[in-house]
Formats: sequence, C-alpha cells, structure tokens
Amino acid sequence: MCATCGCGHGEVRIEGVTHDTDHFKGFRPAAHAPDVSPARMVQIEQDILSKNNDLAGANRKFFAMRGIFALNMVSSPGSGKTSLLVRTIDDLKGKLPVAVIEGDQETSNDAERIRATGAAAVQINTGRGCHLDAHMVMGALEQLKPAPASVLFIENVGNLVCPAAFDLGEAARVALFSVTEGEDKPLKYPDIFASADLVLINKIDLLPHLSYDMAKAEANVRRVNPRARIMKLSATSGEGLAEWYQWLADPSARAAA
Amino acid sequence: MHEMSLCEGIISVLEAEAKKQNFARVKTVWLEVGPFSGAEPEAMKFCFDAVTRGTLAENARLEIVTPEGQGFCGTCMKTVAIAERYDPCPTCGAVLLQVTGGEQLRIKELEVV
Repeated sequence: MCATCGCGHGEVRIEGVTHDTDHFKGFRPAAHAPDVSPARMVQIEQDILSKNNDLAGANRKFFAMRGIFALNMVSSPGSGKTSLLVRTIDDLKGKLPVAVIEGDQETSNDAERIRATGAAAVQINTGRGCHLDAHMVMGALEQLKPAPASVLFIENVGNLVCPAAFDLGEAARVALFSVTEGEDKPLKYPDIFASADLVLINKIDLLPHLSYDMAKAEANVRRVNPRARIMKLSATSGEGLAEWYQWLADPSARAAA
Repeated sequence: MHEMSLCEGIISVLEAEAKKQNFARVKTVWLEVGPFSGAEPEAMKFCFDAVTRGTLAENARLEIVTPEGQGFCGTCMKTVAIAERYDPCPTCGAVLLQVTGGEQLRIKELEVV
C-alpha cells in the first residue's frame, strides 16, 4: 500500500479526480515504488516546452539586438492573413521595411504571393506538423536575414489550436478572425485568443451581407482576453487599416491601448 | 495534433536529464497537464507511446496529473476554481477573472533505473 495516501499499487490516476490533486502538493510517488526495485525517483520539474522556450528566447534576443518588431500571426485557414499582409506591404512600401516568414503544411504559394509585392519572404513547410516552433523560425531567420528596424510578420500555420502553446520569440501575438467565421470563435478556441496581444476582426466589408453581431464578437474576445486590443478592418476595402498601420509603425500607439 | 511535438519535447528533456542525473532507462513519467495548457491528456498518452519507441523511455508508463483551473476574482479578492478560461466567479458571478492556474505543462518526476 502506498505510504502517501493508502492507495493500492498501480492505481490509475484519472483526470479531474480530486484524490490525485489533493496529494499532488506533497507528490511523492516514491512511496508507490516497490521497495526492492533498483529504480529511483528523480525530481525534475521541467516545462515540456522548455527547449522551445529557450530557442524562442534566443530569437527574441536576435530581434531585440536588431530592433526588429516580430509578430506571430495566428488564425484559422482562410481568415485572410496573407491577403492582409499583401495589402499591408503594398500600403507601407517605402515607409516601413517588412519581411515575412510563411508557415504552411505544404506549398510555397503564400511566400510567392508575398515575394510578388517585392518583400523578402521565406516559406516553412511543416509537413505533418500543425504549427510553427521556435526552432523552425530560427532556421528561417538564417535564410531571410531581415533588415534591422524592420517589421517581421511570422504567418503561422492556419490552425487555432496547436500554435497557441509555442512561443516563437515574437514581440506580440496577433490573432485574426473574419466575420464569416461567426462571433463565437474566441469561445471555441480560448487558448489562442487568450494569448493574443491584438485581435483583428477581418473582412468587415462583408458585414452588409451577413447577420453578424459585432458587439457580441467583441464581448466574446473580452471574455477570454480582457487585455487584448481589438481592431476591425478589411484587407479588401481598406477600412480600419490606418489604425493597424499606426500600431505597426509606432511603439507609443501600441503602448496606449 | 501538437501533442506529438510535445512528446518529442519530453524525450529531449529525458535525454538531457539521463546524462545529467546518470540513468539509462525511464520507467515512469509523471506529467502535470493543466486544463488550459492546450494539450489533451488522451492524445498525450497516444503520442507518448508512439514517440518513445526506440528511446530510453520505451514502454515507460505515463502518469498524467491534472491540476485544477484557477482564476482570481477581483471582486471577491480571492482565487477560485474554474473549469473554463471564461467561467464567471462561482461565488459572486463576476466575469473577467484572471487565470492564475491550469496552464501547467510540466514533467514533475521520473522513475528511472
């Protein structure tokens, strides 16, 4: 019998069972190990993502040394990330140096769309992977060599679940969702919206054709993330883009949220 | 299915610890997976078995402990248990709690030989 709690050997620990949680504080599984076993217990207390976080820290240092403003852009597929970037690069041409890292499972279509604007872009294909990680971004930076004092957009794989956990070393995380996706996206995918610094609600030019409740959408963002700034815009009509450009170019505009 | 990457992260932590703490095999891994960590315990178990094959943790047992989600209620000025990020305070009904627990994704302890 276990000396910690009196439970039998081999008892399965099940999610949500308070018994586990109760003696987790003084967690001593050593008491479960057979006395004669040569096995020993090792306390490690390590974050599973520690390796990624270390590499993200190195990326962050790389950006800081060069004055690069790096953004991790997350959204579902088809919400308009690449279209917004193409429009942004065109409109800011000559005003703000821009470079792009594109993440997709397959194809270099998005990087080609960006390069057609004249901006530097590197495509990462994740293959079976569903998100970018700090190591992939580090590899792309060697290829891309972004200019000092530029804005670096890192367009993550279109996925509202997996990218949430992976710090890439970005200065800010931008979550995008479009009005055609419904008002409840933030509630369905709270982890990613909770981690965003800025939430962009895109395709507002389509509002006249939809029964979309903007107040409800904003309230849903607030429910999972009270601190994020929210902007409404359209990469097609250009509505709302001025605020986005000001946020990109001016650190004081970002501070005054 | 980013649980596959997370399990690969576990292996790399184990390999580094094996050198540091001088062990050859891992028999049991205790993980702490919070309800707001973005990882699904069942998927972690599935991926763990696949990823550990041919490594120092082959056939190791994976034990997952789930700490409770916690939020701080600014109205009651106390920490309360919540099931979802956006749950209101169970005492006063206030919304916009600050999440203070449940994002853990950690290896707590190992049984090694």
